[in-house]
Amino acid sequence: MRNNALIRSVAAISGFAMLAALAACGDNTSATSSSSASTSATASISGEFAGAGASSQQSAVEAWIAGFADKQPDAKISYDPSGSGAGVSTFLTGSTVWAGSDAAMTSDQVSQSKSVCATGTAFDVPVYISPIAIVYNLKSAGLNGTSKHLNLDGETIAKIFDGKITKWNDSAIAKMNPDAKLPDLAITVVHRSDKSGTTKNFVSYIKDTADAAWPYEVGENWPNNVGQGAKGTSGVITTVNQAEGTIGYADASQAGSLGTAAVKVGDDYVPYSADAAAKVVDASPKDDTATQKNRVVIKIDHNTTESGAYPVVLVSYDIACPAYKTAKNGEFAKQWLTYVVSEEGQKTAADSAGSAPMSASLRADVMKSINAIKTK
Amino acid sequence: MSSQTTVTQNTTSGKSGDKVFKGLAYGAGIMILVALAAVTLFLLVRAMPLLTGSQKANEDTIVSFTGGQAHNFLQYVGPLVFGTILISALALLLAFPISVGIALFISHYAPRKLSTALSYVVDLLAAIPSVIYGLWGGIVLVPHITGFWKWVAQYLGWIPLFKGPAADPSRTVGTVSVVLAVMILPIITSVARDIFLQAPRLQQEAALAMGATKWEMIKLAVLPFGRSGLISASMLGLGRALGETMAVLMILSPGMSYSVKLLQASQNQSIAANIAAQFPEANDLGVSTLIATGLVLFLITFLVNFIARKITEKARA
Repeated sequence: MRNNALIRSVAAISGFAMLAALAACGDNTSATSSSSASTSATASISGEFAGAGASSQQSAVEAWIAGFADKQPDAKISYDPSGSGAGVSTFLTGSTVWAGSDAAMTSDQVSQSKSVCATGTAFDVPVYISPIAIVYNLKSAGLNGTSKHLNLDGETIAKIFDGKITKWNDSAIAKMNPDAKLPDLAITVVHRSDKSGTTKNFVSYIKDTADAAWPYEVGENWPNNVGQGAKGTSGVITTVNQAEGTIGYADASQAGSLGTAAVKVGDDYVPYSADAAAKVVDASPKDDTATQKNRVVIKIDHNTTESGAYPVVLVSYDIACPAYKTAKNGEFAKQWLTYVVSEEGQKTAADSAGSAPMSASLRADVMKSINAIKTK
Repeated sequence: MSSQTTVTQNTTSGKSGDKVFKGLAYGAGIMILVALAAVTLFLLVRAMPLLTGSQKANEDTIVSFTGGQAHNFLQYVGPLVFGTILISALALLLAFPISVGIALFISHYAPRKLSTALSYVVDLLAAIPSVIYGLWGGIVLVPHITGFWKWVAQYLGWIPLFKGPAADPSRTVGTVSVVLAVMILPIITSVARDIFLQAPRLQQEAALAMGATKWEMIKLAVLPFGRSGLISASMLGLGRALGETMAVLMILSPGMSYSVKLLQASQNQSIAANIAAQFPEANDLGVSTLIATGLVLFLITFLVNFIARKITEKARA
C-alpha cells in the first residue's frame, strides 16, 4: 500500500520532468555563432551562418546550400523560409547574415539597416527569377499538357480573375483562340489564401496590363472573393487538379501536366519559359526610387513589347550588408552571394527549383554590389 | 475514489510521502492557473499595439490583410467570429446525434465483445492528429463529396443554406463541417458512453419491470441522468471545433463575409485558420492584429465554457 503512494509520487515527478524537457525543446534560436574570428587572409570559412526570408526561394536555397558545401565544407548554413516580411525583420535585428525577400526594401528599412551593418546601409540584389504560370484544367477538352497553351491577354485575365468572365466559351476567350474547342463550362478561379509574393507579382501584372478592368490594389493578399482560395503553391495546384474548369496561378516549375496560358506581348502570345522570363527582366528598367548605394532593384515592365519575353515573373532578392560587425560574416556573405549569382549557382537553382537563370549582363551588374562587401 | 481513501489511511506511516504528494498536487493546481494567466497576459500585451498605435498604420495593416475589404479591426474580426461559430456549430450539429447514438449502442445495445472493440476504435479515432484529417479531407473527401453537394444544391437549393451553384471542387464550409464533425465525434462519444454506463441500474430495471420497452427505458432512466454530462461532452467537442486550425486551413477556401451559403466557396473563414494562414508573412503590427483576433477566440471559448457550466449546474439542481 505504501508502495502505491510512492509509485504515484514518482509518476508525478517524472511527469513534471517530461514537461520541463518538452519546454526546453522550445527555444531553438539559430543565431550566428561568432566564435573568435580568425581574420586570416585565406578564403576558407567555418562556423554557422543563418539566413531567413522568402519561402519562394526555399528549394533554390536548399540546392545552393548543398552546392556551397562542396566549396566550403566547414560552413554550416541554415535558411528559415519564414516569409519575406519576417525575413527582413529578422535581418534588421542582426540575428541573420542575409535575408531573402520577394520585395525590395522600403526606404525605412534601408535606413534601419544602419544599426546592423558595420558601415553603410544594406542593399538588395536579385538572385532568383521565377516565371509565374497561369495554369488551368480543361482535361476533357484536350487542352491540358505541357505543349498546350490558351492565348490570353491581360484584360481577359483580369476579367476572368475578377469573375466578370464566367464561362470558358466566352467570346473574349474564343476570339483569341480560334483553333481551340472551348467547352461550355463554368470558370472556377483558384487563388492563394495566404500572403504571397506570387500573388503580389501576378496582381501587379494584371493591374499594369488591364488597369481599368482591375479595380483592386496591389498587395500580397488576394483582393476579392471570386472563386476559391488555397494555401500555398501546392494547395493551388492540388485544387486546380481536383476539378475541371479551374484556373489559377503558381510557380511555373509546379505546373506539371496542367495547361498553361500564353500571354499577349506586343502582337504575339508567349508561353512561359525560363529564357522568356529572364528576357523580361533584362528588358525592364531599374527602379529609380531605390537610389541607396549598391542596390539593384528591377521594376518589371509588364507592358513590355520585347518579342519572346514573358512578363509574369517573380523576382526575389537577397538582402545583405556592405560591411559586417563580424569579419567572418562579411567573408561568408561575399562568397555566398558570389556563388548564388554565378553561372553555376543559377544553373543549380534552375535544375532544382525551375527558376530562370539570370542573364550575364544582370549578373555582372549584381557582382558590382557584391564585390563592394568588405571582408575585413 | 478508492485510491484517495488508501492514501488517507496511510498518513501515519507515510507522513513525508503525504507531504510531497500534497505539494505536487498543489503545484499542479497552481501551475494551470499560472499558465492561463500567462496566456491571457501574453495575448493582451501583444495585442496592445493595435489599441495604442496609430490608427492609420492599423488601417493599412488590415487593408493589406484583406486586399481592401476591411478597414478597421471590427470589420476584420466580425466575419471571422461569424465563420468560426458557424463552422463549429454545424460540426456539433452533425456530430451530436451520431455520437449519442454510438454511445447508446456501446452502453446498452451491443454485445459485450463488440462494445469493447467499438470503444477502442472510437478512442483510437480521437488520437488521429488533425493534420491527418486535414489531408484526408482536402485530398480524398473534397473531390468525392462534390457530387453529393451538387445533388443537394439541385434539390434543396431553395433553402438559403444550400443555395447553389455548389462549388467544384467543394472546398466549402459544408465539407469542412463534415470533417470537423468526424474529428469531434470520438470526444463526445467517449464522454457520453462513460455517462450512460453510470446510469443507475436499479432505475433502469425498475423501468423495465414497469413494462417499458428498451427505448422507453433509455428515455426514462438513461437520458435524463446523462443530460448535464451530454452538455459538457458537446462543449468539449465544440471547444475542439472552435480552435481547430489545420483541417480548416487545408480544406476551406476562405472568404470574409457574413454568409450562410454552405455549398459555395470563399464565404467564411475561422479565426484559428486565419491566424495560421497569415502569420508567416505578417509584419509586427500584422502579428499584433492576428493576436488580437486570437484574444477574441480565447474569449469566445471562455464564454462557451462558462455558459456550458451554467447549464450543467442548472441541470444538476
